[in-house]
This record gives sequence, structure tokens and C-alpha cells, in this order.
Amino acid sequence: MFKKIGFRLIFAVAFTSLVIIGVFAFFNVQSQSNGLTAEVERHANQLSETVVSSTRVDMMLNQRDRIQQTISSIGSQPHIRDVRILNKIGEIIYSSDQSSINQMVDKNAESCYACHAEDKPLEQISITERTRIFKPHQDSARIIGIITPIYNEKSCWTAECHAHPDDQKVLGVLDVSISLAEVDKEILKSKIEIVIFAFAAVLIVGFIIGLFVKKWVSNPVNDLLSATQQVSAGNLNYAIKEIGDDEIGKLASSFNNMTKKLAEARLQLFQSDKMASLGRLAAGVAHEINNPLTGVLTYSSFLLKRTKDNSEFQEDLKVIVRETIRSREIVKSLLDFARQSVPKKNPADLNDVVDKAISVVENQLSIKKIKVEKKLEADIPKITLDSNQMEQVFINLFVNAADAMEKTGGTITVTTHLISLAPFGTTQIKRATCRKRHSLIDNEFKIDGLPAIKVKVISDNNEGIIHIDPVYGKHYNNYDVGFKINKNAKFVCPECNVSLVQEDKLCPKCGSPILVFDLGPEGIYEVCSSENTDWEKWDYIESAGVQEYVEIKVSDTGCGISNEDLHKIFDPFFSTKGQKGNGLGLAVIWGIVDNHNGTITVDSEVGKGTTFKIRLPLTQQR
Amino acid sequence: MVMDKTADILVIDDEQVIIDAVLKICALEDYSVDSAINTKTGLEKISKNFYPIIISDIMMPDGDGFQILDTINKYKKDSVVIMTTGFSTVENAVNSLYKGALSFIPKPFTVDELLSVLFRAKNYIKIIKEEKSFSPQQRDKALIYVTCPAKYFRLGHSTWMVQEREGSVLVGICDIYMKAIESVTNIEMLQPEDELIQGTACATLTSSDERIHKVLAPLSGRIVEVNNNVINNPLLIEKDPYFDGWLYRIIPANLDYEIKYLIPCSSDRL
Repeated sequence: MFKKIGFRLIFAVAFTSLVIIGVFAFFNVQSQSNGLTAEVERHANQLSETVVSSTRVDMMLNQRDRIQQTISSIGSQPHIRDVRILNKIGEIIYSSDQSSINQMVDKNAESCYACHAEDKPLEQISITERTRIFKPHQDSARIIGIITPIYNEKSCWTAECHAHPDDQKVLGVLDVSISLAEVDKEILKSKIEIVIFAFAAVLIVGFIIGLFVKKWVSNPVNDLLSATQQVSAGNLNYAIKEIGDDEIGKLASSFNNMTKKLAEARLQLFQSDKMASLGRLAAGVAHEINNPLTGVLTYSSFLLKRTKDNSEFQEDLKVIVRETIRSREIVKSLLDFARQSVPKKNPADLNDVVDKAISVVENQLSIKKIKVEKKLEADIPKITLDSNQMEQVFINLFVNAADAMEKTGGTITVTTHLISLAPFGTTQIKRATCRKRHSLIDNEFKIDGLPAIKVKVISDNNEGIIHIDPVYGKHYNNYDVGFKINKNAKFVCPECNVSLVQEDKLCPKCGSPILVFDLGPEGIYEVCSSENTDWEKWDYIESAGVQEYVEIKVSDTGCGISNEDLHKIFDPFFSTKGQKGNGLGLAVIWGIVDNHNGTITVDSEVGKGTTFKIRLPLTQQR
Repeated sequence: MVMDKTADILVIDDEQVIIDAVLKICALEDYSVDSAINTKTGLEKISKNFYPIIISDIMMPDGDGFQILDTINKYKKDSVVIMTTGFSTVENAVNSLYKGALSFIPKPFTVDELLSVLFRAKNYIKIIKEEKSFSPQQRDKALIYVTCPAKYFRLGHSTWMVQEREGSVLVGICDIYMKAIESVTNIEMLQPEDELIQGTACATLTSSDERIHKVLAPLSGRIVEVNNNVINNPLLIEKDPYFDGWLYRIIPANLDYEIKYLIPCSSDRL
């Protein structure tokens, strides 16, 4: 609850008002109490003067009973604790409390101390010095006491009684004490009132602030919060309704603007993905369909020429020719569409392409708290490539990386550098046939993301397909056929059963038969048929020597890809993103890199991150 | 098939049905035809025999048709090559012509389309042969065909383009192409505002013997002007192919990129 911004605001305001009211109340009570005490003091003083003057005549006449009577009647008034007259030696002569008469009061007692501090009684002291406030017991109410000295006058020493000598200045004192219980009650009452007022004020202030905070802060912030949740769940069409024109309102409209832009960017990416893959599909279909169409069109137009005399045939044949030409136009328009995805290669600086791709996704990444770190090697020679398509590759990789780090944020590291590689272990076999020209490339089975070479193995009465790693020198062959391959096993083309074993030659390492594949213009590729021997040979590529490549690595610190998924990620329509992706992104990337005679590989560790590695040869053929 | 018998035409294609079709079509005009089912046999046959005309597919399992072109260029054979493919992208067409093919026929093609191209190939061979029969001194005077002027660029032997000062480009047909067609009776052209795409048909010519020839655009761009004089009088192209006989004035779309696949007329490449 304390984490709520509204509560914190209310707390701050309430605390402040509590402090202000407290300080104010303290001084208020203080001055009220002072005023009340002063009033009582003044009253007591007046009373003392009255007693002194009203008993004066009786004293002169030495009528002690009357004096005692006056004092008793005054002392019986409520609030007046006692009234007493002491003589100069401290003996109580008259008192409202009759029992204390004739008792001695010590000069050092608190009531006498003000005057007798220096042994010799003071003759003239001010009212404040004569006043004392004390508590007879811990629990009793406060009492204010006031001492009034009774001075010697001429009439006193000339009176008939001659009780006082004329050199005596003070004859005795009148001590009046008044209870402050009423005053204390008054002060306590106002203290309680102020506390009640303070709490009421805090509650009311808190309530009012709460109302405004809810209206101006909590509600709009909650709207914003649910909007961000909607967007992070993928609903980019969500817009926050108008919530005013203050800062939060502006934040909301800027948020709406941002999601709109994001939605547009996503649509664009999605579209270009779709276009590229459709283009490739169209191109493939066109090629496959055009060959049989050629048969139909040439034969029918040929027949049309040969049957010039037969008008009945002519009619029908014309329809066939016309409709075939129509099909040709349809395929042609498919190809026109595909043309958009055919690479337009130009010499370009790869670092520029990377920079441009970063600038496209930068905003999107910074929203997701993802940093991009560039480690680009300067002076990379220009490579012949389609910079638009390559840019697309990097954008797709960045977007994938960002998706992998969506919840956590993180860093994308892009590095480029030049490397020289021996062909062994790096070159991919993209075309392999048997002697009868049946393609042995198995697009259904991939080793490390690349279509493998399939070979049918016949051992005793068992038959199965083994797969040879298409990367020369890597030798991650798959011999998973479910039976033991014995020494006399046959290795044949899965389509025509022609033998794939090199005659009159055995593996120099283990003496097993050697498999041989026809790679067309790239010569032949030989590999040992035994599962446990890593002997292979490809003269064409060996003779080319060391090749230079630019290697581009895109690493993220995201969630990683499980081993299970890792070999499927370049497959079309494979996606781990559910509704969000169409599963074509990496397939398209793969196609583009492949079109540039490059390779793309992936390393990933679950929970640590993923690295995509693209290698493009420096010298490109068109 | 007898290996050492020299035929007029060699067809290289990985589809038997296409080889058969070409055989039948060529028989119509009495061409003798040899065939190869893949690049390897094709290259073998080329190295053994001379074929005046070679029709080659571009995409075959064991290699591509460009290898055939490269081999012919390498050994300076005088064969005329016609490229064809089912994957008839602009790139393939333009690349074929750049590498020296006389023509590019997208699959599927009709009998007439193939025969027109063969007819042009036959005439082209005749023209070159005739030219070679002259000594270099005589050649200038004999004027069998006019080569395109310097500063011009050509797409194979078919069309030319030249940049004008205002950034526009003139497009026309090379003289040797016209000479190989013989007399043109009709020309069908695109309209202003239409788009030209490099390597695709931009005009259709009909010759006096009813053959139809498709002219490939040397450059992509938007047509701003069509030469009406040519439409009214197709013979103007034959008369003055490089100046008054221009076809289109266009605003090029991607000049820097596409010009790489054009041959500068100042070079002495054939």
C-alpha cells in the first residue's frame, strides 16, 4: 500500500499539516496557559491587598478574633486553598486553616525563600518574586501562592498596643494560596480540542488530497499501465483514451503515437518478410511450371502448323495454344512479382549496411531497454551485395534478438571482422547428385541448419537413409538407421538405386568403401562410408586455397534457443513466437545470405544468449 | 547419335521433352539438330564439333548455361548462342546478352518465337561471315552493317541507349538486329508513361515474311516520349538506326546499376 504514489502523497501532505498544526497548537496552548496563570496571579494579588487593607483597622485595634474571622471567611471561598498571616519569626498567627495556627514555618521553606534568601529579609520585592507555583503532592493540582509583606507604619508603632517597635520595617506577611485546578482543567481542555482538531484536519486534508490524486494521478497512471501491458502483450492497436492535457495526458498521447509508429514498423517488417518469401516461392514455382508448359506450347503450336488443312483441328489447337500462352502470362506476372526479391548487387560497405540497419531499429530497441554495442572493424573492403536485402537480414536479426530479451533488456553486440579460412570445414555443398543426376540434397533433413546429402544404405535385409554433413570437413554425419551397417552394405541413390560407392578405391584411413557424389561444375566429393572415420576429399575446393570472408556476428544476452529448436530455426514457418511471428524471418535471412554465397550459423545457450554468425566471401560471383 | 556429324544446331537442355520439341520445330525449317541432356555432354560436344547455333538452357542440375557461353568466349568459337530458361528473370536475360548470347527466349515459347530467333541467328551468321570475307581495309567501305556510335551502350546485339544532357536516355535498335530481320513492315510500341524493364520486351517488330521479333529494352525507366515517326514509317529504323530511328525517350530508373550489363559501343567487343 505504501508503494502507491497516491498514498505517499497523502502521507506527505498529512504529515506536513500535522507538524504545522502541532507547532501552532504548542505556542497557542503555551500563551493561553500563561495568560490564565497571570490572571489568577493578578486576582490573588488583589485579594491579598484586600485582606491586608480590610484587616488593617482590626490589627490596629488588636482585635484578633475579627481578624481570624475575616481570614476564615475569605479562605472558605472555593479555589482559595488557604490564607494565613505569619509574624516576622515565621509563626502562623492567623490562618483559614485553624489547625495550623501557632505553627512555625521555616524561613527556608519554599514560600519564604524569595525574601529570606540572604538571611536578611528583603523589604521591597516585585510581584513575580513574591509568587510561586507549586504542587504540595505529586497528584494534586497546581497551586499558586503569593506572599504580601505587611509593612510597619507610623500608626503601628504609635498604636496603643505598642506591639511593634518603630525600627522594624516588615511586621509579617500575608500568604494567600489559590488552587490552579480550574486553570489546569481549562488548559487540558484546549489541548484535547487541539489534538482532535489536528486529527480531523489531517483526515480531511488526506481525504481531499486523495480524491484529487485519484482523479489526476492514479487513474491516468493506471490507464497508462494497462496500455503498456496491452502493448507488451502484442496489441499494438491499443490506444489510451483522452486523459487531459497535463503532463500525464501528454505522456499518454505520446505513448499512443509511439504504439502507432511501432505498429507501422511491425507491419512493414512483416510485409517485407512476406514479400521476400512469396517472391522466392513464385520464382521456384515459375521455374518448375515453365518446363512442362514449354512442352505443351511447343507441341501444340507445332501441331497447329502441321494441320493447316484441317480446320477442325486448327480450332481446338488454337484454344490450347491460346490458353497455354495465358498460363505463360500468369507465370510471368508471378515472376515479375518475384523480381522484387532478386538481389540487386552493388559494391557496398558492410559497416554502412549494419549502421543503417541499427538506425532503423534503434528506437524500438531503446524502448525495450536494449543497448546495441558495435565492434566494427574499419577498412573492410567493399563487398558486392544487395544492401537492401542485407539490411533486411540485420534488421530481422536485431528484432529477433530484441524479442529474446523482451522481459529482461540486455545488449546486442554486432561485430564485423575479416577472416581467412581454409575451405575445409567451412564450404557448404549445395548441389550433389548420383551418377544418374538425381539430386541427393535432402531439404527435409538438416544438419546444423543446412540440407544434408541423403544416401540409401542396404545392409542384409535392412534398408535406411543415412545423411552426410553438407559442410566439407565438418563430418557431423547422421547414421541413425536403427540397424547395424555391416561390411558388405550397399550405398545407393535413394531414387534410382545406382551405387554411390567409388570403385577401385578404398578409404586410406580405414579401408572402408568410399562414397562419391557428383557436384557438377564443382567436381566430385568423396567421403568415407564408415561412421567412425572422418576422411573426406573435395579436390575442386581444395585447389581454390584459402578464402577471405567478412564475418558478422550478432549476439544477444537473451533467453537463448533450446537444442531441440536450434536445428529447426531456419525452416520456413517454424516459429517460437506464437501469434507474433510468421516463422519466415530466419528462412528469408537464410535465403538472402545463401544468395550472396554466404553461410549463416547459430550458437545458443538457454538463459545466456544467442549468436548468429554470417560469413560472406569477399569475392562474389554474380 | 553419331558424334562427329556436325549439325546446324546444338540443343542443351535437361528436359527431354524440350529437346524433342526443338528437334521437331527445327525440322520444319530443315535445320539439323544435335542435343545434349546436361552441361557436361554439351561442353564435350562443343569441344569436339562446331555448331553454328547453340540453344542452351540456363538452369541445369550439373551447371548452368553461362558456362557454355564462357567456354565459347574462351575458345573464341564463332557459334551463336541462344539462351532459354524457365526461370526467366530479367537478370538471366540481361546477363545472357551481356555475356555474348545473341538472344534470350523465356520458356515456354511457341514454334514461331523459336523460328524467328533462329531466323535472326542464321542471318546474323551470314552477316558476320560476309563481313569477315572482306579485308579490314575494305570493311569500312563495304558497310555491311553500321556499328553503334561511341558514347552509346548496347544490350548484346539488340538494342542501344545513349544518355542525353537533361538526364533522359534515348533507346533504339542496333543496325545488325535490323539487318538480321530483313524488311520490317510493322512495329508495335508501348505508350508514354509506360515502364520499360531492362531485358524484357519493349517493342514487337513484324517482318515482311510475317515473322514476329521481340525487342528487349536495354534499360529500365519511364517512357516520356515515343518516336511517332518510327510508328508511321518503320523503315526509318533501318535507314537511320542510331539517330532519327530512335524508339523511346525515357527517364532511367536505375542507370548506374543497369549500365554495368551494357556493352560500351566504343569497345571492340563483338
